[in-house]
Amino acid sequence: MSALRILVPIKRVIDYAVKPRVNKAQTGVETAGVKHSMNPFDELSVEESVRIREKKRAPGGVEDICVISAGPPKAQDVLRTAMAMGADRAIHVDVKEGDDLEPLAVAKLLKKAVEEEKSNLVLLGKQSIDDDANQTGQMLAGLLGWAQATQASKVEFGEGDSISVTKEVDGGVETVRAKLPMVVTTDLRLNEPRYANLPNIMKAKKKPLSKKTLADFGVSSDRRLKVLKVTEPAPRQGGGKVEDVNGLVSRLKELGAI
Amino acid sequence: MLCTARRIVAHQLPGRLTQAITSPVASLSPAALRRLASTLAVLEQREGRLNQGSLNAITAAKKIGGPIHGFVAGSSIKAVAEEAATADGVEKIIAVDNGAYDKGLPENFAPLLVENIKKGGYTHVIAGHTAFGKNLLPRVAALLDSQQISDITSVESENTFVRPIYAGNAVATVESSDPIKIITIRGTAFAPAELGKGSAAVEEGVDPKVESPTEWVSEDLAKSDRPDLATAGRVVAGGRGLKSKEDFDKVIEPLADALGAAIGASRAAVDSGYADNSLQVGQTGKVVAPQLYLAVGISGAIQHLAGMKDSKVIAAINKDADAPIFQVADVGLVGDLFDKVPELTEKLKE
Repeated sequence: MSALRILVPIKRVIDYAVKPRVNKAQTGVETAGVKHSMNPFDELSVEESVRIREKKRAPGGVEDICVISAGPPKAQDVLRTAMAMGADRAIHVDVKEGDDLEPLAVAKLLKKAVEEEKSNLVLLGKQSIDDDANQTGQMLAGLLGWAQATQASKVEFGEGDSISVTKEVDGGVETVRAKLPMVVTTDLRLNEPRYANLPNIMKAKKKPLSKKTLADFGVSSDRRLKVLKVTEPAPRQGGGKVEDVNGLVSRLKELGAI
Repeated sequence: MLCTARRIVAHQLPGRLTQAITSPVASLSPAALRRLASTLAVLEQREGRLNQGSLNAITAAKKIGGPIHGFVAGSSIKAVAEEAATADGVEKIIAVDNGAYDKGLPENFAPLLVENIKKGGYTHVIAGHTAFGKNLLPRVAALLDSQQISDITSVESENTFVRPIYAGNAVATVESSDPIKIITIRGTAFAPAELGKGSAAVEEGVDPKVESPTEWVSEDLAKSDRPDLATAGRVVAGGRGLKSKEDFDKVIEPLADALGAAIGASRAAVDSGYADNSLQVGQTGKVVAPQLYLAVGISGAIQHLAGMKDSKVIAAINKDADAPIFQVADVGLVGDLFDKVPELTEKLKE
């Protein structure tokens, strides 16, 4: 079995617990002064990569875990977090603040990164919680012509470079099997990410972080989708409370719900 | 010929429209441009049965304008194709009969779609934002060098679409400049096209017979006699407040039975093992929009609200009067769910 060279793309997003606010100009969501952190699904990818090594799950072993993020300089914070969780090294691709890449551009960038880093397994989150697109992993697999398994809740390694992935699908789970190289996207049930402890955070500061530009990957931040406007969804007004079950039943009847 | 011409025109549209004043394309009115649109609606099938839920792709296609073709693939596909051919608004069903496509593996299904999209010269390709659509369409988009538009809730024009972002906390209107627009739609935002109203022709599609490096091994689907969560008219959902799987089943099931409702759950309930993963409602689970959504023991985190706030009527039972769910609920009852829900179930049975 080949040794694994895992590439883990991660994204810095507005923290999942923050309620996003649309900006006044209606061009996007207010990001200044808002808490950001690693996209939750990407934490699962980092955790899974580290566990594959720690638990010696892959017969050929894990040779390298490289995290990569394209974003403003602050994206380096999430790369450091990933290294504190156990990734070996990081690549930061500098993208001007507000010049966010679309999934297709990210997939093209990652294809180049996979070739340069000689990765044979790419572990991505199934979607980022800002754009909610759920595209990048599948697009990358398509561009590379590799096997893909999306929304993974279990990843198992077999003989002869084979990987079995249990995927979350509508109504249950489905298992597929393929050989390396492969693209896998993570779902919530895959694992529970660890918290980086202080000694590991200190150690992560010494791990290598290489800085690159979009030009290094032959990618531009030109957009195919022009955002015409971003608005708040129509607000939903609570209808008040009732005293007891009888009140609940009669109110539901009034509303025509039962 | 017509198809080829249409494709060439479509390719010219984004860039040339402003500069090529002398070109015949530039002089076309928006309505005429719309007539050049043609859409392929990707329909799902399972074990020789058409997935009725995928017919809403046809409804979304109608809003774009232009002819609509449906696409199905799998073993013994004839019956599925003929059923789909009766859908209201479809001109043609493209069918590919090959068991290799039964499991919808994107590695061979994506090249299959790409070949048929190219052959038909389609300007739009639409599928549901389901496990199948999410897995497949981005791969198709990448092969066509198109930036997909995911999970749309509305069609504004043939190139402008509305989609929720940030777990539904913001709504973006986006305009695509790609010659072929690859789109997944939010099922609850478009009604399924009616069957039995049309009589489209069924045509054999091209089959590139690409080998899949991925092999389908097995599946384990939750069996249930209840209505399907994604399309149910009523949903009863339980959260952390249910405390255990036994209590979840004991309290929620009779209530769901009394209402003829599907059962849903919050992420907290799923993570604690009270309910199956496939029942999760929210940003990372299913998005539902039933007539009635009854939230029991659910506080109402933004990730959960993302999956249910378009419900017609929301009712909530929670012992915490300050739970955020009460801010969106049309009717709320503060109290212990272990008292209130059995009482409610009894009243509903009367």
